[in-house]
Amino acid sequence: MASTRSALVDGLIGWGTYVVGLVPAAVYFWLGATGGLGADPVRSFEQTLGLWALRFLILTLAITPLRQLVRINLLRYRRALGLLAFWYAVMHFTVYLTLDRGLIWSTIIPDIARRPFITLGFAALVLLVPLAITSNRWSIRRLGKNWRMLHRLVYVAISLAAIHYLLATKVLDPTQALHFALVVMLLGYRLARGVFVRRPERRIA
Amino acid sequence: MTVYRPPVIPASEITPRSVYLRRREFMGIMAGAGLALGVGEARAEAPATVPLKTVPSRYKVDEPVTSREDITTYNNFYEFGTDKPDPSRHSGDFKPRPWTITVDGLVGKPQTFDVDKLIAELPIEERIYRMRCVEAWSMVIPWDGFPLKALLDKVEPLGSAKYVAFETVVRPKEMPGQSGYFQPMPWPYVEGLRLDEAMHPLAILAVGLYGQTLPNQNGAPLRLVVPWKYGFKGIKSIVRISLVEKQPPNSWNSLQANEYGFYANVNPEVDHPRWSQATERRIGESGFFGSGRRPTLMFNGYADEVASLYAGMDLRANY
Repeated sequence: MASTRSALVDGLIGWGTYVVGLVPAAVYFWLGATGGLGADPVRSFEQTLGLWALRFLILTLAITPLRQLVRINLLRYRRALGLLAFWYAVMHFTVYLTLDRGLIWSTIIPDIARRPFITLGFAALVLLVPLAITSNRWSIRRLGKNWRMLHRLVYVAISLAAIHYLLATKVLDPTQALHFALVVMLLGYRLARGVFVRRPERRIA
Repeated sequence: MTVYRPPVIPASEITPRSVYLRRREFMGIMAGAGLALGVGEARAEAPATVPLKTVPSRYKVDEPVTSREDITTYNNFYEFGTDKPDPSRHSGDFKPRPWTITVDGLVGKPQTFDVDKLIAELPIEERIYRMRCVEAWSMVIPWDGFPLKALLDKVEPLGSAKYVAFETVVRPKEMPGQSGYFQPMPWPYVEGLRLDEAMHPLAILAVGLYGQTLPNQNGAPLRLVVPWKYGFKGIKSIVRISLVEKQPPNSWNSLQANEYGFYANVNPEVDHPRWSQATERRIGESGFFGSGRRPTLMFNGYADEVASLYAGMDLRANY
C-alpha cells in the first residue's frame, strides 16, 4: 500500500516536472512560429534548446551535492530532469537537421564526422541515449551495480556538451562562462569527494 | 523507501511580511543586475537617422532586399555587446556626430576630414550588396556610400604604400562592450586591405542605409563595406585610415589566426574549421519553417569583378 501510494506520488511529481520542464521549448517554439525571435529565429530556437539541454544536465548533477552539502533532497526529480535534458538534446539536434540544415545530408554528415564542434555535441547526445533508455525501475533492478557504472556516462556527456557550447560562438560570452563554470564545479565536486572522502555514504536512494 | 519529510522551518527563516511585500523591488534590483551583465532590455532609443541625397549606381544585386528591421536588429558589433540584438539595444548613448576621420601614413597629403563635409561633397551612391557573415548567414543590404578610392585619392598615396589599415573608435563610456569585465577582444578593432583591394570600385565607405544616415548599430557614421569578403572585414565607426607598407593586423586574425585570415574572401570551398562555408542562411527569407539555405557563391557572387585581384594566389593558404 505504502509503495503504491509512493509510486503514484512519484509519478505525479515526474509528470509535473516534465510539464514544467517543457515550458521553455513550448514558449520558444510559439515565439519562433509567430515571428517573436528576431531576425534569425531558427538559430535562436536551436541555441535555446541546446542551452536548456545543458541546463537540465546541470540540474541533474546538482541533486547529489545539494543532498550531501545542504541536505536538500530532490532525488525524486532527478530522473525527470535527466530525461528532460535528453529530450532537449533530441529537439536541439532535430532543429539542427531540419530547420537549420534543411536535411541536406551531403553537408550534414561531413560536418558531424569532421568538425570537432559538431562531433562533440553529437557524441554527447549519443551518450545520453543508453541513459535515457535505462532510466526506469526495471532497468535499475535488472542492471544492479552496472546501472550505477553506466550512468556515470553522464559525466562524459556533460563535459562534451559544455565544450560543444563553448565552441558554438566566436568569443566567450558571460552566459557561456557561467554555465561552463557550473559544469566544472559539479564535476570538480565529484573529483574532490572521491579524493578526500574515503567512503561516500552508500544509502540506497 | 525514502519518504520525503518536510523540514521544520525555524521562525528565523520565515520572510517577514514587510520584506515579502517588497519583492517587486528585489526583482527590480535583480533585473538591474541582469542589465549590468548585458542580458537586459533596451536602455535608450537610438537617435533618429536623417535622410541622405543619393544617386543610383549600377552595382545592385537582383535579389530581394533584407528588411530594415532585420538589418538594424541583427548585428555583430562587439563594442556594444556580443549578442545579435545587443548593438541595437545598447548603442543609444553613442554619439556619431560631430565626427572626423584621419587619413595618414604613406601619403602625400595627410588630412583629417569631417564626415558631414565628405557627405556633402561626394556623390552618395546607393549600392545594393550581398553581405555574407563568416558565421554562415547572409543579407542583401541597400548601402549608401562612396568608393573608398574617392577618399584615398584625396590624400595621394605614395608609391611605397602597399596596404590600408583601418581603426574603430574607442569610447568605453558610450560603447558598453568596451567596458566592464567581459570584453571579448582588445580594442580598438582594426582591419586592413591590400591597396589594390581598397582601390577596387566595389569597396565603399558606407554612410547610410535605406537612404538614411547609418544607425549606430550598423557602424555610424561611416564604415567599410567590401562585399566579396566576410562581414567582419567591414570595420565600423572608423576614426583612422593609414596607408602602410606591410600587411597590417586585423582583429579577428590576431584573436584566432587559424580560423580568420587577413584576406577573408568569401569562398564556399574553404571551410571555417568549426563549420562549413558551402551554404548560408539568408536572413528573413523563409522565416521559421523553411531553412532558407542557399549555396554560397565564390567571392560572394562578385567573382567577375574581383577574381583577377587574386590571380595565381593559393586561396586555401590565404584564407
